[in-house]
Amino acid sequence: MADEHARKWDRCLADTAVKTVTGLGVGIVFSLIVFKRRAWPLSFGSGLGLGMGYSNCQHDFRSPYLIHGRMVKVSAQCNFHCLSEVCDTRSHHAA
Amino acid sequence: MKNYRRIPLTSLQQCRHYTAGESSSASKVVVAGLLTVSGGIGGTVLYAKWDHKFRAAVEKNVPYSDWLLGLALGPAAQDPGLPIKKRVELAQPPSMIEKQAKKEGAEGPVKDSSPAPSQPAQSLEEASAEATHIISAIGEVPSVPAPCDTEAAAVKECNECHEHKEATAVHPAPTEPMKERPVEEVAARLAQQEQEEQDISASVSASLEDSLASSAKATLQAIGAQEAALQAIMQHTDKLKEAMEAEVLPEEKSNQWKDLEAALADRTTALNDARAALSKANESLDSLRSVIDESKGLKISSVRPLVLAAEENLHNMVVDLDKMVMKVQSAESEAKIVSQYSELVNEAKRQFQREVSSLTPEIQANWKGLTGKLSTDDLNALIAHAHRRIDQLNRELAEQKVREKIHIDAALEQQKLEDQKALDNAVNTALQHVKEDARLDQERKLAELREVMEAEMRTQLRRQAAAHTDHVQDVLKVQEHELKAEAEQVLSSKMLEQETRYRQLTQEQLDNFTLDMNTAYARLKGVEEAIDSHVVAEDEARKAHQLWLSVEALSYSLKTAEADVPTVPLENAAQAVRDSCRDNDFALALASALPEKSLQRGVYSEASLRARFNSLRSLARRVALIDESRNSLYQYFLSYLQAALLFEKSQEAPPSQLSSEDLDPFKLLSYASYCLEHGDLELAAKLVNQLRGEARRVVEDWLIEARLTLETRQVVNLLSAYANAVGLGTTQAP
Repeated sequence: MADEHARKWDRCLADTAVKTVTGLGVGIVFSLIVFKRRAWPLSFGSGLGLGMGYSNCQHDFRSPYLIHGRMVKVSAQCNFHCLSEVCDTRSHHAA
Repeated sequence: MKNYRRIPLTSLQQCRHYTAGESSSASKVVVAGLLTVSGGIGGTVLYAKWDHKFRAAVEKNVPYSDWLLGLALGPAAQDPGLPIKKRVELAQPPSMIEKQAKKEGAEGPVKDSSPAPSQPAQSLEEASAEATHIISAIGEVPSVPAPCDTEAAAVKECNECHEHKEATAVHPAPTEPMKERPVEEVAARLAQQEQEEQDISASVSASLEDSLASSAKATLQAIGAQEAALQAIMQHTDKLKEAMEAEVLPEEKSNQWKDLEAALADRTTALNDARAALSKANESLDSLRSVIDESKGLKISSVRPLVLAAEENLHNMVVDLDKMVMKVQSAESEAKIVSQYSELVNEAKRQFQREVSSLTPEIQANWKGLTGKLSTDDLNALIAHAHRRIDQLNRELAEQKVREKIHIDAALEQQKLEDQKALDNAVNTALQHVKEDARLDQERKLAELREVMEAEMRTQLRRQAAAHTDHVQDVLKVQEHELKAEAEQVLSSKMLEQETRYRQLTQEQLDNFTLDMNTAYARLKGVEEAIDSHVVAEDEARKAHQLWLSVEALSYSLKTAEADVPTVPLENAAQAVRDSCRDNDFALALASALPEKSLQRGVYSEASLRARFNSLRSLARRVALIDESRNSLYQYFLSYLQAALLFEKSQEAPPSQLSSEDLDPFKLLSYASYCLEHGDLELAAKLVNQLRGEARRVVEDWLIEARLTLETRQVVNLLSAYANAVGLGTTQAP
């Protein structure tokens, strides 16, 4: 489990780096093509990328603590059973 | 070098110079400070000396002040209100002189009684068997003098006692009760007595005979001597008479006188001999008498006739002797008369001779030789003298005739007296003899009578004995019957008793035997049971041993964990354990309680866990702040910062009870680390279990592993303990 933390960090950093670079790239592209070589798309793109990476990182780190619920339709026949059911499904946001 | 040295000095000096000016203020300050301090201390000391309460307060509040104050003022004065004990000590009362109890001088040592007066010889006087031999009771009265109590101390008493004892010895008192002695003893006694009597009688008779013989001899001798003396006297008197009266020739006269002298000599010698013999005879007779008296004193019947005979003999001898003596005496008296007569005649003759010689001095003395030699004058003178003599004699005769009667009377008187004396003597002797005779007669008669009486008594006694024997026989018969009946009764009772005892004994024996058999059987059973149980126990022991071995194998397999590599899967060992305890539910349960993971995969060792923990610790520290509510990246940053800045002890001993502030992850981690370092995995796991949030998630798998290890270890320990217990239970102590 302890390795997971480190792996998470690895993933996180890698992901962030990739996203930042990707954003930067997209920003460069956009800056070059659309926005007449302004600087703001770079920082915007890198910022976007960084932010996405940070958010992803945070979500990754938070993921154990996230509780997923689902709505269950209450049917007249199996009230008790259904009410007591709590499914904990994890959605893997694999990156 | 020198320069270097100087420089510091000079620099110091300079410093001193430089600081000289400034030193005044500094020194002032220092001095003032010192003064203040010392003044304060001195003031405190003085005030403490004056005020004791202040001193106490100071001592209480300021440490080491009590030492200082003590040094300065001496120890604190005591409260004067308390009594001073030491001075007013009561002088210890002078020890009582023990009066030595004067031991009373021991009473003068009790003088031991003078050596116990020798017990007066117990004189057993045998009472002679007066009773006849038929009657058994013979009284032998032992005379034991009254024992003297020698324990009485004083010697005097003892002396008295001595005397008393001697006195009492004279009157022997029978101390033993007379008891009838058995027949054999009686017979023996009788035989002994008879023997003794015989001996005594023999001895007595022998002595009597001896003395009789000797006395007889002596008496005979005496009698002979007396006879001889008598003869000699008679001869002498005859000779004297002859010499007086016969007119014979002078030569014959001289012969006669010689004969007479010889006869006289003979007579004297004979008389002496007779006297000696008489004395001897008397002696022997006396001895005989004494012997007779002695033998009489013995009072033994068989001796009596001998004694009697001896007495008779003695009497006879005495009688004969007396007779002879009397004869001799009469002869002597006759001889005395004759000699007197002869004396007179001689006297007359001598006178005549003197007269004649006076008349005729030249006439020779021997007037018998006168014939033929005389002259006429002489003859005339002689005749005249003769005439004168005749006249004188006639006158004398006339006188004599006149005095005859008187003389005769006197002579008669004398004779009477002498006769009387002789008569008296004779009468006495005769009386004595007669008395003796009578006594002897009496004794003889007594003896005869006694014999007769004895014979009669014997017959009577025989008759009585016969009657007695008849009576005794009857009584014996009766007694026999009685005794027989009694004996039969006793016998029957005894027999009964014996039988009952026999039965009892046999019963006892049987009982004992059955008891023994039972015990033996029980013991046999016990032994069998013991053996069976032994077998069972051995079986159990074997199983336990197997179990133990398998458990050991299991626990050994636990140890095969190396660093970071789990142990071998415990499946095989567990299977072995399960096999070895097929019928043991507890062990089976335990064996099946092993967690699956440990069976399939194995468990980690404690060392590896420890090592892992150390690496985990830092991670846990870093994410200490992250939990469900705080899990953003910023929190992560803060948590990292906290971990970097916060320092805690790497190991801290956990308290026995965790308080809320101990639940801080850092503390928990340090506690857990401490526990792990000290080998307490369980507590470490418990502590780690208290972590919450991300730290918890981080150490989760470690915790799982630790749990697994702990669980496995617990099970294995239980199994091992169980195996050991079972093994201990089944092994038998040597």
